[in-house]
Amino acid sequence: MVEQSEVRVVRCGGSKINLRPPIISTDSRFVLCASGDSVKVYSTRTEEWLHSLQGHTNQVTGITLNPANHLQVYSCSADGTVKLWDFIDGILIKTFIIGYPLFAIYVSEKHDGIVFLHIAMDTDSKNECFQLVAVHLPKSAEQEVEAKELSAVSSRISPNPSCTAFGREGQYIAFARHLQLNVYFFRKQKTYSFSLKATDKKGAKNAFTCIACHPADDCIATGHEDGKIRLWRNFIHTKEYTYSTQHWHHNAVNTVCFTPEGTNLLSGGIESVLVQWQYGAGNRKEFLPRLGGSILHVSTSSDGQLFCTSHSDNRDAVLTDLMIDPRSKALVLNGKPGHLQFYSLLRDKHLYNLDIVQQEYIYEAGLDQFEVVKAAFDIKGYWLATVEERGQKSSDLEFSLKLWAYDERTQSFVLNTTITAAHTDRIMSMCFSSSEETTMLVTTAEDGQFKAWCQGADADTQQDQNFWSCDFVGSYHNLKPTNCSFSADSSLLAVSFQEVITIWSPDTWELLTTLCQPPGVVRDLCFGQLSCSKYLIATTTRNLLCCWNLLTCALEWSTSVEVSKLQPDPLSENVAAFSYQSKHTDLFVFKPNEPRPLFTHKNVCSEKMHRAVFVPREEPLNNCDESSQWLNRSQLYFLTQNMDLLTFSTATEEDRMLSSSKRLVIDDSVAVTPFYLLLGKHRQQQQKLNTPSHPAADKPQQPQGSVTITELLHTPAHVLPAASVLCSMFVSSLLISNTGVRQDPLREMESSEQEMNSEKEEEHSEEEMEACDSQQELRAQGSVDEVTPKLSKAQERELKRVRKTDFSWMAGLIDSKP
Amino acid sequence: MGEFKVHRVRFFDYMPSGIRALAFNRDTERMAVARMDGSVEIFHCSDRFFQEKIIPGREQCGIEGLSWVGERLFSAGLNGGITEYDLTNQKVKYTIDAYGGPIWTITGNQQGTHLAVGCEDGTVKLFEVNEDKIQFERNLDRQKSRIVSLSWHPSGSKIAAGMMDMIQIFNVETGHSIHRMLADRGVGTSRSKECVVWSVVYLSDGTIVSGDSVGMVKLWDDQTGTLIKSHNVTKCDVLALSVSQNEDSLVAGTSEGTVVQFQFVSMVLGKDDNEWVRTRTFKNHTHDIRAVAEITTAVVSGGMDAQLVVKPLLDKIEVRSAASALRKIHFPHRRLVFCARKSGLMLFQYPGHLELWRLGESEGKGIPGSSLFVKRNPEKLLHLKVKGEDHIRCSAVSPCGEWIVYSTASSLRLYRLHCDNNNVSITKISKLPKVLSSANQLCFSSDSSHLFSASTQSSVHIVSLSQSGCKFVGTLKPKSGSHQAIHLLAASEDGEWLASANSDHEVHIYNLQTRKAHCTVPVYSSAVTAMGIHATTNCLFMMYADQQMCEYSIEQKQYTDWSRTVQRKGLHRLWMERDTPCLNVMFNPQNPSHVILHDTYMLCIIDQSLPLPDDKTQFYNQLTLKSLTEEQRKSHSHAFKVCKTFKDILCVELISDQSLVVVERPLEDVATQLPAPIKQKKFAT
Repeated sequence: MVEQSEVRVVRCGGSKINLRPPIISTDSRFVLCASGDSVKVYSTRTEEWLHSLQGHTNQVTGITLNPANHLQVYSCSADGTVKLWDFIDGILIKTFIIGYPLFAIYVSEKHDGIVFLHIAMDTDSKNECFQLVAVHLPKSAEQEVEAKELSAVSSRISPNPSCTAFGREGQYIAFARHLQLNVYFFRKQKTYSFSLKATDKKGAKNAFTCIACHPADDCIATGHEDGKIRLWRNFIHTKEYTYSTQHWHHNAVNTVCFTPEGTNLLSGGIESVLVQWQYGAGNRKEFLPRLGGSILHVSTSSDGQLFCTSHSDNRDAVLTDLMIDPRSKALVLNGKPGHLQFYSLLRDKHLYNLDIVQQEYIYEAGLDQFEVVKAAFDIKGYWLATVEERGQKSSDLEFSLKLWAYDERTQSFVLNTTITAAHTDRIMSMCFSSSEETTMLVTTAEDGQFKAWCQGADADTQQDQNFWSCDFVGSYHNLKPTNCSFSADSSLLAVSFQEVITIWSPDTWELLTTLCQPPGVVRDLCFGQLSCSKYLIATTTRNLLCCWNLLTCALEWSTSVEVSKLQPDPLSENVAAFSYQSKHTDLFVFKPNEPRPLFTHKNVCSEKMHRAVFVPREEPLNNCDESSQWLNRSQLYFLTQNMDLLTFSTATEEDRMLSSSKRLVIDDSVAVTPFYLLLGKHRQQQQKLNTPSHPAADKPQQPQGSVTITELLHTPAHVLPAASVLCSMFVSSLLISNTGVRQDPLREMESSEQEMNSEKEEEHSEEEMEACDSQQELRAQGSVDEVTPKLSKAQERELKRVRKTDFSWMAGLIDSKP
Repeated sequence: MGEFKVHRVRFFDYMPSGIRALAFNRDTERMAVARMDGSVEIFHCSDRFFQEKIIPGREQCGIEGLSWVGERLFSAGLNGGITEYDLTNQKVKYTIDAYGGPIWTITGNQQGTHLAVGCEDGTVKLFEVNEDKIQFERNLDRQKSRIVSLSWHPSGSKIAAGMMDMIQIFNVETGHSIHRMLADRGVGTSRSKECVVWSVVYLSDGTIVSGDSVGMVKLWDDQTGTLIKSHNVTKCDVLALSVSQNEDSLVAGTSEGTVVQFQFVSMVLGKDDNEWVRTRTFKNHTHDIRAVAEITTAVVSGGMDAQLVVKPLLDKIEVRSAASALRKIHFPHRRLVFCARKSGLMLFQYPGHLELWRLGESEGKGIPGSSLFVKRNPEKLLHLKVKGEDHIRCSAVSPCGEWIVYSTASSLRLYRLHCDNNNVSITKISKLPKVLSSANQLCFSSDSSHLFSASTQSSVHIVSLSQSGCKFVGTLKPKSGSHQAIHLLAASEDGEWLASANSDHEVHIYNLQTRKAHCTVPVYSSAVTAMGIHATTNCLFMMYADQQMCEYSIEQKQYTDWSRTVQRKGLHRLWMERDTPCLNVMFNPQNPSHVILHDTYMLCIIDQSLPLPDDKTQFYNQLTLKSLTEEQRKSHSHAFKVCKTFKDILCVELISDQSLVVVERPLEDVATQLPAPIKQKKFAT
């Protein structure tokens, strides 16, 4: 059990980032999103994920910037804590323990040291009764503080956190629930309530869905279920309050948000159109249509230049299996409606979407539209098979099977064949044959048949266009087939018909044998891999895990365990089985040839397992440790019902992940111009080239080059000499100088620095650190005046000489030339 | 409740005329409404918007503006004249030509000293208001284009005038223009069209609000003559503006049929930096809104669709009640249909003519609710055009169907009808007594032997009718000496009594035998909308505008016991919440305890022998009663039996063969005859 601590469950992204509105940092450089049990920080400029703020043990339910310090962020979580972070460096500053599950957090500038939290009134969250409480955060130097000073503000709180908002200068807080809007004034300690009628004449629903307060005026904007936006004014009177109504959205307004100046109001809904209303100009509005998904939240940066919309394409349910594209090693799953998304696991980044349905998606609630429900890759990643269907009821079910070929030229999949009536009923499962020579697709459907599809089998079709057509139709006693699987060498096909597993030969389409282990319908089916390919493993609904030896056609072993998901590793003999029992999921990894689990991990997560996949590693690890050996060749990723993508990681791996995340932090002190990027790349290359060969001799060149470059970059363009003059000098400055002797004093100093660096190198053995260091140097020397005391005398002298004339630094540059 | 054979009459093609102008008098709480046909109506705003007075119009008299000066009402129209009305006698007092071409607007200053009219020739003419007349004073600087709208500054020193493409501010003292503010034309194709400033409002803080044909409501500063703010309210025209008395709310009527409210609210609570903010939008009209008026607790609007809509402002109402509900007034609160009870003839009163119809006949009997086979179709007997330009003020047909009488503002004509089989002919009675020059209300006695004509000073002239002609019998004068015109007359079945109700809410009862005033019913605060004298008990049954009812025993000169019980117990909440007044009171001769009433939406029979409902009992209990057994019914039934089978009722009359005539004018039919409204894009069409 001690060893197990080494292998631990790691969240590696994928979880919803749209649960709560994202926030943009005050300087507009970062976007922060609550995602699973961490807060993700993205850069607005590069649009890359930078790092996560990890530390909560449950879903993060709210984030907000600390009004007292714009570099800090508060986050609250269902684990009952509020944490204060430095989000740039990703440091946890403080933890405040509240003790109740928290559901949203609000702060205002006026209330220093007080956060407002949503907590559930009753312990069971089924009864959706929420309370808004003000919590005084105690000022204490300790890391973990218990905050016990709770005072209730109101109990008429909607579970939807966007139904609460602070008003101008934090003087009041507005919150709505169902049909009632309440405004609580802190100074007067009085609540004003305004109700709407339940229904309009036309039966439209008036319930509140979101609230925003104007930053300068006393005006509250509310969004409603029927798509209306109301602007409330004069709400210190219970009678003489007034509101104006605007109507554009045809479905519920998901979000309203004022720009920081208050000149515009932004709203969004399922239509995936961002609407910008001019404040005070009636119904004058502008649209930003086709944003690609229904809008859930909108936030604005404090300078009003950036709007951040979060959409619901991070979908509620993944219908297809998780798959790995054999080419790009990307995780493939449902993306935008009707699309498959390719998602890079390494970088936690969405690569691209493949439009499967190829129909316009209409953003309207309650429409039945085509969805991709099944997808499969062949072993080389050359073919992709997809199934899309529409219609919840089987009577109006529409579906089609599509086969996509990979196009080398365009580097993407191209539609090859569309089969509209592949089966007469819903397709249950499909798989490609695993042999490399012939590709064959087998589909099983609820109509009691399984079909094999081959490419170009039809003689009528032309030679150069190889379409797919049906090769064989098989059935067994009119039973409904559920699962199908090819053995590792594609010599056998196993199809399960309820309680019976049939083994077929794909060459002759002959029923070889049947295996049966009643009672219990077969739920999952897979062949063993590599050395265990003679084994067939199946799970049944009656909590039985069976393993047959196909040579003897006899049951090798069976064990009673409730398995919800069975996943074989294609690169090893291992099979992972997830078992969901009494509100937590356990993982067993075993080899088919022995009934003893290789590895068990109790309580992987509390939710039910949804999908799992083994992802081959780019380079295998060489862990000798028995418990983590199974992770050497490939990594297990799994998706829970909450759409958290989890994986197992080992200790060595974690180190690597840590360093890779650091690499992504870009130095923001220097403007990221193309020029800079060019130079930066160049410099790094130079470092790589030079470091191993002659470390001592070349290093001195580095800082000098940086001084001139920074000077070049920091000198206004109009005082610079002509570019033609500069260019030759600039290029020569980048060349390796062999005049090390002349710059003796400077080199001494640099070499001492170099020693320091090498010490550091020993510690980290990573050359990225070096890059960091040199960047720090660069930064230090960019502002010469501040760091002067740190410089040696020799360097001071050098600097004086350099600063004598305007372009003396250039003279130095020329001097340094041979 | 009893069963009746019902003549469901739908051949009365009454078309209400569109509303052109509104003027609200805050002191008397009266709303003056001018219609397209030139008629002017006075509604009492605090008495459930009862239509107190109707001054019929004339041919070719398009009223464009109305203005109150004190308690005097002036109007001006495209015929170029300014008219003052005699409201006591409900007629035009005099008309003065302004000599400036058609007049587009008229407005009086708050001081009540001057009237300003805007004329087609570009002049603003000032008239001084004297004791009995108005006197032209002078012209302000003449402009090139017509003056469409005018508004006085509350101080009376400045006038803002809306014109084509611009707004001018005049100094009243000098008559010169102070500022000229240009209104922008629309963009695109409407660029070439001039922008008409349909309406201006001058606020006391120097802000001028304008509504124009581009669809903008603009706020201007009169000191600098600059635009402060503009609100795009509609794609079409903003036709009317009105500001509340304390200038914190403004309503704009558009040609889309919407009323848009602006409010002067503080942007930051507790501070005084108020701004005009667009708040609510009311859509109660299908057609152009030509006039709006913000009264104390409601917004009144009227337009081409001929309905007067009273939209209450809930934030200004202290207690919600039936009196403060949304109210739509489609039909006049006067009778336009008269029935010759004994001969089955119907007289329809149109503004310019009368129509006489004979009711159809049916055969057989049917189960309740079924329609009978029509044996003989109703037939139009007579189409009587009015001589002269004046419209009909009142008319009547005698119960026997032999006499028809109508009166305009200037003349009264009495006809005798000869009806032998299919030949219908009329003869005009030529020698009328001099007193019958004009009448406010006309009524025949039940035996058709006398004609009662309500005249000036609440007096009633009696004329006896005979084959040879008519003879003046005498005049009935009230003791109170009221000058208000009589709007209701009711004669008793036995020819003994005559009751008259005037606009002062007085009801006088005269003894026709002695031709003396018998007594006066105690004056109630609300106007009488309908009354009738019971045939057997000789009790006067009165309905009031606030839905109260009274029964007054003429012989005992006091309220009956039943009436006192009603007053003591109070009427049912649902009865009080009805928003149209009862327009006729009839008595069922077969069951003397039955009183038949109707308003626009329902027909009601009050059984005076049954207990009154209180607020807890089910008011509309017909369906419940049907499902109960005979014995249970007794305990559940109450005095009010309401029939809602008929809608948009103009008149219900009980004729002598125990059948009811219900004259309906479905609002859908009215809507189809209206001009097409402005086409608007609707979502998902």
